[in-house]
Amino acid sequence: MTLDLEPSLASMKQQLADYCQAKQIENAIVVGIHTGGVWVAEQLMSAAPTKDPLATLDITFYRDDFTKAGLNPKVNQTSLPAIEDRHVILVDDVLMSGRTIRAAMNEIFDFGRPASITLAILYDLGQHELPIAADIVGESLKLNPDQRVKLTGPKPLAVSVIETD
Amino acid sequence: MMRSESRALQLNDDGQLKHFLTLDGLDKTILTEILDRADSFLTMGEQSVKKVPLLRGKTVVNLFFENSTRTRTTFELAAKRLSADVINLNIETSATSKGESLLDTLQNLQAMQSDMFVVRHSDSGAAHFIAEHCTPNVAIINAGDGRHAHPTQAMLDMLTIRRHKGQFEGLKVAIVGDILHSRVARSQLQALTTLGVDEVRLVGPKTLVPGFFSEMGAKICHDLEAGLKDVDVVVMLRLQKERMQGALLPSESEFYRLYGLTEESLSWAKPDAIVMHPGPINRGVEISSEVADGGHSVILNQVTNGIAVRMAVMSMAMSGQLQKAETDQGSEGEK
Repeated sequence: MTLDLEPSLASMKQQLADYCQAKQIENAIVVGIHTGGVWVAEQLMSAAPTKDPLATLDITFYRDDFTKAGLNPKVNQTSLPAIEDRHVILVDDVLMSGRTIRAAMNEIFDFGRPASITLAILYDLGQHELPIAADIVGESLKLNPDQRVKLTGPKPLAVSVIETD
Repeated sequence: MMRSESRALQLNDDGQLKHFLTLDGLDKTILTEILDRADSFLTMGEQSVKKVPLLRGKTVVNLFFENSTRTRTTFELAAKRLSADVINLNIETSATSKGESLLDTLQNLQAMQSDMFVVRHSDSGAAHFIAEHCTPNVAIINAGDGRHAHPTQAMLDMLTIRRHKGQFEGLKVAIVGDILHSRVARSQLQALTTLGVDEVRLVGPKTLVPGFFSEMGAKICHDLEAGLKDVDVVVMLRLQKERMQGALLPSESEFYRLYGLTEESLSWAKPDAIVMHPGPINRGVEISSEVADGGHSVILNQVTNGIAVRMAVMSMAMSGQLQKAETDQGSEGEK
């Protein structure tokens, strides 16, 4: 199964611009969650009201499944500017359970207290386990339990649905 | 202990660290992983909350049979920055009943459901002994045992070298002073060799730098000028007077005259050489204050890096005690 990435990204850009205008968000910080979220965030930068470079977040040290799954062997660099009282646009490729976003928000708050966090997601799989929902969604998908969305990139950025069993 | 035995004791079936006892038997891949992970923790210093929840709910016991405020403090800080609960125990060593007292202590601490022991002991092999006798899922970190090993100190030195020099290939490193009594030097030599430096020189008087160290891949120098000539890194060691029995040195002033690092002797090294010291410094014995506080000195960087390295080792060993890590390489992981 393949997905058409371009319309979803175009929709996200339009939603993001409209959302920021409606909320009067200016000079935001765009934060991509490693790895897929960074790739998606790169695509959104042109539509975001920001003068800052793209910031990145690795939530490895904030995952809630360390005692079950151990430590992810690959840790990417978290690179956040001062975020106190700034508007953060948090970007990820997939929203499934919401646990990654919970971890990301915990990490962001360890850097300071942002004015707001806006969540932008390329694909919402609708399997939320926490009360977390995205403000901007590229596309909502309903997958079988054994299916996952896999994003590859960054150039070219491509997406497919894979069977996980 | 043989290299293969050491490796089997320290690594789980997936090759992940579950104890950290010695660098002997650990390959370049895992040493590099420790350094990479420590780099990640160093950036935490930029956060307003310098703490991550990784070891939340875990209990770490600093089990110090030999006093060392500096090492204990950095281990304590590292564990706390990982959100672990930390207990510090300073226990007098009983030389005559070492095995019994260690086992007794171990059983008591295990009954308290500890998850990790950081062990400092004046006897070589004490950390190995505990690792062999502890229950599964308890990680043992060696914080220095006798003359044997001090692997976290060596790794923080490696992190300091890598952050200042970028890589290990092509470097010449001089380790100067009391090699004979130094567990730090032994671990440094293993780390430097594994990570691929060009040359390690052990520099000092014959009484403190015996020839058998050449079997470990080091070049022995009894002349300071020859030892420091064109090196990229100078590691000065503390004179461990408390460990010396008999007249290994004529006097401290004589040692300083022949092997002390001064601005003059440092000029024999490369112009951009860095100066390291595991501390505590004996000023005017191994090193002059001008050099210790000078522009080449990275001694305080070592202290900062020590916390990050200890966080890396603790998190990796705890992780290795748990089930195999998920190895998501794409971006379809738990979301």
